[in-house]
Amino acid sequence: MSLKGKHMIDPNDFSLSELDEVFDLADRMVDDRDLYGSICNGRILGTLFYEPSTRTRLSFESAMLRMGGKVLGFSDAATSSVSKGESIADTIRVLSSYADVVVMRHPKEGAPRLASEYSFIPVINGGDGGHQHPTQTLTDLLTIRRYKGTLENQTIAFCGDLKFGRTVHSLISAMSYYKGSKFVLISPAELRLPEHLKYGLLEKHNVDIYETENLEEVINQVDVLYMTRIQKERFFNEADYMRLKDSYILSKSKLKDSREDMLVMHPLPRVNEISYDVDDDKRAVYFKQAEFGIYVRMALIALLLGVNVNVNRK
Amino acid sequence: MLTVNSINCGIVIDHITAGNGIKIFEKLKLDEVIFPVVLLINVPSNKLGRKDIIKIENKIDVDLTMLGLIDPDITVNIIEDDKIVNKMNTIIPKEVQGLFKCKNPRCVSNSDDYATPKFRLAHSNGKIFYRCGYCEELTSYTI
Repeated sequence: MSLKGKHMIDPNDFSLSELDEVFDLADRMVDDRDLYGSICNGRILGTLFYEPSTRTRLSFESAMLRMGGKVLGFSDAATSSVSKGESIADTIRVLSSYADVVVMRHPKEGAPRLASEYSFIPVINGGDGGHQHPTQTLTDLLTIRRYKGTLENQTIAFCGDLKFGRTVHSLISAMSYYKGSKFVLISPAELRLPEHLKYGLLEKHNVDIYETENLEEVINQVDVLYMTRIQKERFFNEADYMRLKDSYILSKSKLKDSREDMLVMHPLPRVNEISYDVDDDKRAVYFKQAEFGIYVRMALIALLLGVNVNVNRK
Repeated sequence: MLTVNSINCGIVIDHITAGNGIKIFEKLKLDEVIFPVVLLINVPSNKLGRKDIIKIENKIDVDLTMLGLIDPDITVNIIEDDKIVNKMNTIIPKEVQGLFKCKNPRCVSNSDDYATPKFRLAHSNGKIFYRCGYCEELTSYTI
């Protein structure tokens, strides 16, 4: 089995065993990062960021640099040929001769999929509008796997904005392929998971979904609590926002009823949805999660490039 | 009760959901043909309550896929010498390319000429939808 030359547009483009291959390599990289410090010598990562991103772009650049590769690209469409009206297909065909693998972030949903149809090199989706953010999902899956030892039989609660949060959509979709996954969806009525996504899950996987507006009701029953930010502007009126905003803030006192081995995760950046006093709790893994994001991107890039990853310390 | 003569040789498009008859009439450009065509609307139906029927006194090519997208209950009868010689159901395609647009305004297929909208069949609450291959939103075909 080889991932060489494949694209990563949607986590479900990879089989579970292919995902395991990525996670196994990421695990080895976490254990001994320096060992992989030159496996991408002479290789170039192209970064096509059609909309601003600091965290994702830097984590991809860091991942490539840590493996001895180089990076080129743009982080602002206004200063690139895109501003002259060049199509995605033309841009990617030209970039294919400048780089060996490319990561693309684009405000239009499906743009990286379109790019992959015309690219001669692997395309990684770095986020497309409100649709997918697969490398965040790989990061989340790796985090759960490292702490729980498996991705099966997990009850995962998603809390906050489940309507617009693409990280939530992507992770739910990916987790639904694992045996025994159960989902608890905690959100105000206005921000519930879109029906077409819920329907897609039930249609394909017959998964167990429970919806509630109350975090306290379910916090003692879940293995993973995935927090997301609720933005005030998403609410229809001020009164609803004021009534509900504290319901979706995780504090130390709310954690007291949760399981000892529950994980608190968050895609970051957070604003106030997780109180700072939670940071010291051993269940809070969101900063480790961000760190694992580098390793999973390193593993993904290396495997898509097909470089030799079987390196040993002499 | 209104009566319409049967046709001798041609096509009868039957079991059209009431209201869709005029849309199919226009889609098939039947207002431009030179042979006899009858559009019946609000005909009593045991199955549908009311239905529309189109009778065409000529054997024209009818796109069963397009009819299936508009109205999956439609049947198409081929008439020869006053008799039904073939009865066809519409086809509900599993995959559709380029026939309609994705309803998601943020979908790349609505802003990039290279992105021909591609859809896979999906069902939701007993209705037929198509899932966009680019953005995964559900779209139903409307005319």
